[in-house]
Amino acid sequence: MLAQQLINGVLLGASYALFALGFTLMFGVLRVINLTYGFYFSAGAFAALFLTRDAGLGIWAALPLAAVTAGLIAVALDWLLLAPLRRKRAPELASLMVTLGGVLALYSAATAILGPDIRRLPPGLVDGTVFELAGLRVATPQLFILVASFVLVGALVWLLNFTRLGLAIRAMAENPDAAGLMGIDTGRTAALVSFVAGCLAGAGGVLIGLNFNAIHPYMGESMMLRGFVVVIVGGLGDIRGALIAGLALGVVEVLTAGYVDSGLKEAVAFAILVAVLWTRPSGLFGRPALRRA
Amino acid sequence: MMRRCFVVLAAALTFGAGPALAEDTVPVGAIEILSGPSAAYGIAIRAGLELALDEVNVHGVLGGRKIALTIEDSAGLKDQAINAARKLIGRDKVIAIIGPTLSNEMFAVGPVTNERRIPTVGTSTTAVGVTAIGPFIFRTSLPEADVIPVTLKKAMSRGVKTIALVYANDDVFSKSGFDVMKAAAEKAGLNIVAIESFGSKDTDFSAQLTKIKALKPDAVGISALVEPTSGVLLQARQLGFGSETLFIGGNGANSPKLGEIAGAAADGLIVGSPWFIGKPDPANQQFVADFRKKYSKDPDQFAAQAFDALRIVAAAINRAGAADPVKLREALTQTTFSGVTGPFAFTAGRDPASAAGVVVLVMQGGKFGIAP
Repeated sequence: MLAQQLINGVLLGASYALFALGFTLMFGVLRVINLTYGFYFSAGAFAALFLTRDAGLGIWAALPLAAVTAGLIAVALDWLLLAPLRRKRAPELASLMVTLGGVLALYSAATAILGPDIRRLPPGLVDGTVFELAGLRVATPQLFILVASFVLVGALVWLLNFTRLGLAIRAMAENPDAAGLMGIDTGRTAALVSFVAGCLAGAGGVLIGLNFNAIHPYMGESMMLRGFVVVIVGGLGDIRGALIAGLALGVVEVLTAGYVDSGLKEAVAFAILVAVLWTRPSGLFGRPALRRA
Repeated sequence: MMRRCFVVLAAALTFGAGPALAEDTVPVGAIEILSGPSAAYGIAIRAGLELALDEVNVHGVLGGRKIALTIEDSAGLKDQAINAARKLIGRDKVIAIIGPTLSNEMFAVGPVTNERRIPTVGTSTTAVGVTAIGPFIFRTSLPEADVIPVTLKKAMSRGVKTIALVYANDDVFSKSGFDVMKAAAEKAGLNIVAIESFGSKDTDFSAQLTKIKALKPDAVGISALVEPTSGVLLQARQLGFGSETLFIGGNGANSPKLGEIAGAAADGLIVGSPWFIGKPDPANQQFVADFRKKYSKDPDQFAAQAFDALRIVAAAINRAGAADPVKLREALTQTTFSGVTGPFAFTAGRDPASAAGVVVLVMQGGKFGIAP
């Protein structure tokens, strides 16, 4: 049973990590706790629903299209909500409140237009085969999430460290003003970061929606709390940290539920968050902030 | 003659016009969840209420006065539900309130409306203790305590001896359903091998289910709203639970959404229900046909209970003989009604008196049927 529980934990953790990747990227580069992030997740899942159910596309065509849709929504929302504040150099709290207001308005509007009902992707969209090896079971959609989270971490690490765009993004994360003086178009870079983060959220929404088979306007909201823990424990903007923290959170929750008491799993998970921040205020893998004198 | 008419008219305008206009309709309020994650319940209830309103207002009450129904949104929040109740009582001067949707909300709203002496009729509040709030609190929804024993009896007739229970621990409805399920299982002599909980917004139940699977119970009882119930079933199938385990749903599982969300994973689940769309009696078939005509979709249990509740209230207003909340309370206690959920009367504790209408349903191919 322990082996199956560890697998359960890793699969759950992979879905947390997948959700948190774009969030931590946005957080790390744009220095804004962008609460609209959860909405891109819902938007990606709904885009995939319409593309597969109404337009009749297969999942492999719908997944990138849904991700791009969510990415474009992210760019539009960043331009609408946050770009004016960046220009005015508004304090971080103002940006946080704007995204809070924005995301509540978006969830309510989406519920009013789409209805609160839970929808499911058309049956048979992915092969529901469950792989069984020595009594351990993993379903196909769960494997997708696991593979996707590792592949996307790899892709992001490559993007950030080995491309010119990555260099620009890192420069901007370090110091937006200096980056601007060095000739980096910070507005364009911010839009690109939003786009990539939105795509990641959208793809996460599709894959997680596929696994739990429940798509509704508020689905992003319920992931946000876990997303926060993963981003903070992993270290702001730390992609690898998010993956490790996500997996760790999943395993801790599952082991607590499996061996201690299922009612305590959140208490334990969030107590660990507090403990991590006590001992390592910049997150498990975060380096202390040297800049910002 | 002309002149006398004029005087009477003038007198009416001076003294009687305000109240007379207000008394053209009989104001009744409802508080339901119309927005937010649990809006599906309130929207079903609103549909049932409005369909009943159409029927009642054909003839009206108290000799032709129409019921004016004001439905407020609680969004599933206790504070908002209390504000809605205050607004309905203070501004709309309602003589009765239908709802609120969740037992959670009733525990917040009930003390307020009871103190203001406004009869409050829950149509979907099944938790223990709801009507104990006070003499003005009624419910037409059969408490789970009456439904679950019927379901367990069916399970035991299929050879179930051991059972594991899972429930959502952050919602009064699910917790109370679990308490009832546990008590009923103990009373029926079932051996409870495990009790596991989760949060009603959780999407992952793998740890709890893996633990239960190792214990190999004959049945798994689930007390939760329909979304997490579906999630539990989907994940149970992924983890290898087969037809050898009988899944037993609480009241939350009794929704057509279960088949829509969980699909084949829900096959074989049994659940007791105060109402079923396929009940063959003519009143029920008429209701289903009217509902489909008006809304182009199938009614669920919540719509059916709401449909009966408004008609029970309307009949009681007629018996009360006046649009007066205290007289209405007396009249409600004398209810004998036959609705789409079967014969109906209140107990002395203002709960439904009979479980005769309960049917045990089984899920097959995404649809409920009457369990053999």
